[in-house]
Amino acid sequence: MSEVATQTDTLVEIKDLCVTFTAGKKPVRAVDGVNLSVKSGEVVALIGESGSGKSVTLRSILRLHPPKRTIMQGQIRIDGEDVMAMPPHVLNDFRGSKVSMIFQEPLLALDPVYTVGDQITEAILRHENVSKAAARARALELFEFVRIPSPERRLAAYPHEMSGGMRQRAMISLALASRPKLLLADEPTTALDATVQIQILLLLRELQRELGLSVLFVTHDIGAAVEVADRIAVMYAGKIVEEGPVRTLIRNPAHPYTKALLSSVAHGGFVKGSRLQTISGSPPDLANLPPGCSFADRCAEATEACHQTIPGEVWLSENHRARCILLEKKP
Amino acid sequence: MDKSHTKADKGGPAQPLLSVKKLVKHFPLGKDLLGRSSGVVRAVDGVSFDVQKGETLSVVGESGCGKSTTARLLMNLLARDSGEIIFDGMSVDTAELGLKEFRRQAQMVFQDSYASLNPRLTIEDSIAFAPQVHGVPRREAIDRARSLLNKVGLEPRRFAERYPHELSGGQRQRINIARALALQPRLIVLDEAVSALDKSVEAQVLNLLLDLKDEFELTYVFISHDLNVVRFVSDRVMVMYLGQVVEIGESEAVFNTPRHPYTQALLSSIPSLDPDNRTEKPPLTGDPPNPINPPSGCRFHTRCVYAQPICAQQEPELARQPDGQSVACLRYVPNSAYDHSKQSDEVSA
Repeated sequence: MSEVATQTDTLVEIKDLCVTFTAGKKPVRAVDGVNLSVKSGEVVALIGESGSGKSVTLRSILRLHPPKRTIMQGQIRIDGEDVMAMPPHVLNDFRGSKVSMIFQEPLLALDPVYTVGDQITEAILRHENVSKAAARARALELFEFVRIPSPERRLAAYPHEMSGGMRQRAMISLALASRPKLLLADEPTTALDATVQIQILLLLRELQRELGLSVLFVTHDIGAAVEVADRIAVMYAGKIVEEGPVRTLIRNPAHPYTKALLSSVAHGGFVKGSRLQTISGSPPDLANLPPGCSFADRCAEATEACHQTIPGEVWLSENHRARCILLEKKP
Repeated sequence: MDKSHTKADKGGPAQPLLSVKKLVKHFPLGKDLLGRSSGVVRAVDGVSFDVQKGETLSVVGESGCGKSTTARLLMNLLARDSGEIIFDGMSVDTAELGLKEFRRQAQMVFQDSYASLNPRLTIEDSIAFAPQVHGVPRREAIDRARSLLNKVGLEPRRFAERYPHELSGGQRQRINIARALALQPRLIVLDEAVSALDKSVEAQVLNLLLDLKDEFELTYVFISHDLNVVRFVSDRVMVMYLGQVVEIGESEAVFNTPRHPYTQALLSSIPSLDPDNRTEKPPLTGDPPNPINPPSGCRFHTRCVYAQPICAQQEPELARQPDGQSVACLRYVPNSAYDHSKQSDEVSA
């Protein structure tokens, strides 16, 4: 554990990532200039509404977008390796071994015609040169680690025979099978019930603590993000509009969008008999973005200048940044 | 808008608008190779409650607890196995109150805003459809649709002739709400109506629902798994677990002093939004059991921290507590076989 604790180097470094989908009539720039880093052993949450580019950013790390219909620009380095430059066979080895991913809907992500035990064993054999029996034993170990009750029996179960929470645990153990350094989680608890969601969130925190794993997870639920993340990055219309340590971001949000988001869910916002504070309008069309700040049309504090220039990144402290013109003016 | 629906009030404000008695719905499973039925899903198993005029009753619970089945039974979209639904003193689906007339007075909004609109009808035609079924002339129905579009915050001139696929999720849910209002109903059942929306849009629709409730003197049955939202909208809350009601009471009372161990666990599962006060231990382990073969006795005893052997044998009835909350738990039944002394030992140990 001590070697993990002293390691504070950067595991993930994303610089100026742009992802454009060209399948439709008009190209859609889903991710537009994202900078993000994750240290080893750190949990970072990407939050935002649907269409904000959070899942696209996450999937870019494993280059999961269809290459013919996607233009990716910028730099992604994982543990010193350049993901964008990897030829296909290197990419195949890279997926799973250094970085693995869990998805929102485990029933769709797991293969319905193989038992979960077989799927985990297969993943171990793909990445490690061990015997089948050893792989099976490790699968059992993983099931015990993610606390699946009666693990031997569950290894022989098919995905449809398990409950939602159990399937998500099985998928986490599948992701851990190849001993990755980074776990990508795409809305891992959204499809789960409240009492099960908190169990999975606590499990993610445990993975970080006991395995020294870095986790980058995407969610639309600020509550879930606060429960596990060390840092939170807020995305809006393809850009990170604010990023900082969880305490700073929750207590002193700087960007008007973050403030509005928090006021709509925070304890004060949900007082019975009062009206909810809302953000007027709806998220912008990514194929048709306004010229200036893409939040300007919905922003209560917007000025003339907001509609004309795209705001740059402002560092408010050494680890807290936001993209808003109003913050630039302040001394 | 005519106010005919206020005249329809039969029993006065003291009579519940909706009274549900011993509602049961079991879904049979498939047959096995020998043609024997392999069991039933006890989706709703003896649910009784009242909805007072002008209140919002929320139904909460995890997936599979029967909250959506209850909603569909209320609307008679599913035939109930047994039990009775009484709407303002009249038994529903009898000669007293036929289904067509009942559905004029009770409407529903569903979770999936796209699937619940006819893709080949324009927005105004969708909203004007039901009034025409009930004998309103077309021109009048279209006028009503346009005035409702205004009420839900969509400019009729821009939206009336569009089709559902041309709108965003929030806009479509506004259309569904307008359509539910088109018959000037008294009761609206909202089944996860805001769950699929983004947070910022969800807040707008919730505000709209509260405004409409005041304006049209509506009564809501609000079904949701989002406890923050439930706390915001409801007057009373009903908590369901595996097809049964475990607790029902005034919303603030239930949220401040939950009685049933399941309600307590459910409420403490809400993320705190305080980075210095994170949950350290999950309030419950495991998933909710399968409603096909629910546990004997109290259905929660398999996950309950207070459970004693008696809980596996005796099914607790929903009992009203002195402060008005009703709870189905042996711990609150006086003179029951539940041994309170044993429990205090465990806690101190």
